[in-house]
Amino acid sequence: MPNFHRKLERSAIGFVLAIIVVASIGGFVEIAPLFTIDETVEKAPDMRVYTPLELAGRNIYLREGCYACHSQMIRTLRDEVERYGPYSLAVESQYDHPMLWGSKRTGPDLARVGGKYSDAWQVAHLRNPRDVVPVSVMPAYRWLEDNTLKTEDLGDHLLAMRRVGVPYTQAMIDNAPADAYGQATPDTDRAAGVSERYGEATNIRAFDGDPSRVTEMDALVAYLQILGKLTDVATAPAVAAKE
Amino acid sequence: MIAGLTKLERQLSLAVLTVLALCGLAFAAAGRNDPIGTHGFVILLSAVGLMFVVMAGYYAPEPDKERLSRYYDDPTKVGIILAMAWAVFGLFFGVWVAALLAWPDLTFDAAWSSFGRIRPVHTTSVIFGFGGNALIATSLHVLQRTTRARLPDQFSPWFVLLGYNLFCVLAVSGYFMGLTQSKEYAEPEWYADIWLVIVWVVYFLIYIRTLARRKEPHIYVANWYYMAFILVVAILHIVNNLAVPVSFGSAKSYSLFSGVQDAMTQWWYGHNAVAFFLTAGFLGMMYYYLPKRAGRPIFSYRLSIISFWGIVFMYMWAGSHHLHYTALPQWVQTLGMTFSVVLLVPSWASAGNALATLNGAWHKVRDDATLRFMMVAAVFYGLSTFEGSFMAIRAVNSLSHYTDWTVGHVHAGALGWVAMISFGSIYALVPWMWKRERMYSSRLVEVHFWLALSGTVVYVFAMWNSGIIQGLMWRTYNESGTLAYSFIDSLVAMHPYYIARTLGGLLFLLGAMVGCYNIWMTIRQPGTSLAAEGSEVDEPALATSTALQAGE
Repeated sequence: MPNFHRKLERSAIGFVLAIIVVASIGGFVEIAPLFTIDETVEKAPDMRVYTPLELAGRNIYLREGCYACHSQMIRTLRDEVERYGPYSLAVESQYDHPMLWGSKRTGPDLARVGGKYSDAWQVAHLRNPRDVVPVSVMPAYRWLEDNTLKTEDLGDHLLAMRRVGVPYTQAMIDNAPADAYGQATPDTDRAAGVSERYGEATNIRAFDGDPSRVTEMDALVAYLQILGKLTDVATAPAVAAKE
Repeated sequence: MIAGLTKLERQLSLAVLTVLALCGLAFAAAGRNDPIGTHGFVILLSAVGLMFVVMAGYYAPEPDKERLSRYYDDPTKVGIILAMAWAVFGLFFGVWVAALLAWPDLTFDAAWSSFGRIRPVHTTSVIFGFGGNALIATSLHVLQRTTRARLPDQFSPWFVLLGYNLFCVLAVSGYFMGLTQSKEYAEPEWYADIWLVIVWVVYFLIYIRTLARRKEPHIYVANWYYMAFILVVAILHIVNNLAVPVSFGSAKSYSLFSGVQDAMTQWWYGHNAVAFFLTAGFLGMMYYYLPKRAGRPIFSYRLSIISFWGIVFMYMWAGSHHLHYTALPQWVQTLGMTFSVVLLVPSWASAGNALATLNGAWHKVRDDATLRFMMVAAVFYGLSTFEGSFMAIRAVNSLSHYTDWTVGHVHAGALGWVAMISFGSIYALVPWMWKRERMYSSRLVEVHFWLALSGTVVYVFAMWNSGIIQGLMWRTYNESGTLAYSFIDSLVAMHPYYIARTLGGLLFLLGAMVGCYNIWMTIRQPGTSLAAEGSEVDEPALATSTALQAGE
């Protein structure tokens, strides 16, 4: 071995090529199959996409770095399933660009937090977590209710998501700003379009309690309330198995 | 700085800066209603500012041919200073985010200063700001000494160093504005990522061009590691950051991969950022500065070969141990676990090789805090790679994952290994670079050493305790078969450890500040004419041959 290596280390190009080849094998073997095998490209027929408002909320979740303290991945361990709900399936994050599985739980897992708390609780908690959980160490996000949500470029966001493989229709892209507005203002004409395009089960309400304007708080709470609710596949395993 | 550049290189600098300024202007115009516009102005101002610097020195006399008989060390000097500045900045933010977990209201009522935004400021500043600048500075020094060839030109090292720092500034200022891809350790958005690729290609070209002109037949082991660092980081960076931007005038992008594929790609990247940024590059540092400072040759050539190829091959399989018990297929988890355990062999081969090199020089370790920094770094490298292999075992990981134990493990590596080997190398390098006999104060090096060591130990012990308590509380059942603790119970139990870790971080920060003062005073003290590297000749072999320069 040392003799062979003595030759190799006399050639800069040879050494460079050797590093590239040797280093590429592991990633290739582990990543490439994930794009084809059944376990990771499973289907969930009832899976719906994020509405523009929820996507905007998700982007606020990214912007504020929530993933640093909250995971969205319930592992296949008894205590996790009892604490957070059924373990997460690959298909549940198939529209998550990027995924937010996380690596640290300074706060609890959020994969199934949707519907667990009321909108009012979420708003109060985001305004100042210590008002509702006195020993919490989560930051206060007071500015979310003050900031009007930027909706005008949401069509471009949906288009970019479609380019990476999320099945948004042309109608969804064209109506994105109106749908974002409509989902948080239930008594306007724009609200009807949201349930038409995204399904009757879509939450349409004034998430921050104020139907007169659409804020970043509306978007983030709309996103939190949909977490774990995009498909029933994890809660109805018998159905999933038959598919 | 400009006086060292030839006329042609000064013109090239102006041309490159003009292109950069135009790019900045384009972003500023296209992103008027978006944070990318602010970054456009940052790019524009950086480029214009540097243009003024170049123009101010434009008519200075050209460097004489005699420069080719010396190594080109100016970028290394600036790199050392930048590394120390980033260290203090990044460690300060580290202490701040640590304090926020103990006292959550210890911040301003403003978005930029909330935990989620300043936590990546800390990680990026210490990993890429401090670590990256230390790697670039030392690699350019080691490359020239071990090949006995001068850098191929004077322009490209500046392009790499300053371009890289522009990347770091874009990254960190972006987090304050909320610009992030939310991929850990790959947070910067698409335009910063593209810029880093350009910088990195030039960095690789410096390496390969210098190696091509080397006067030593063999490529020294330190350069294997620096090359692996440059090449593999490029592969990881490009694949993991594939994304579709919303538009040219928007900072936001959507990653090409989603869900499980994205998770695997991210942790293939994330774990190998640890392997090739925080390990391979710093092993390159260790393989040069430790034997030099100890005055002993590397203990074993065979161990060097085994550990190098073991690390290059096996680390790339290990990323999936970040995803045990998740929706990732189990066979991928098992592969990751297996390779992580076997990885202990090449890791300990390196750590052992370093420690065995010190045989016969242990009295120097006792007397010389600089060498002791490197020795302790090798020990921490051995400890944290053992811990890493251990935590990758599925059953252990079920307890440790998502807890502070991971954070403690990372810091054992980052503070104990990466930062210690960097400080040791920098303390060895500063007197050589500025032609001083020794550091301004060896007592202050000693003070820094003990502050850094005690800070690391306090930090790591606090996180071990909190992590294991957390993991156990989450899975404890009471007699009736239900979970014994609510999540918030576990958080309350963390409070004393979060205070302790803040204190540990503060000690480490104080040490770095002492180091900065010491380096500053060393630079300021009058120079000596002594060749600081002892009796050795510190000049390239090129000196005797006819000058080969720019364009070779």
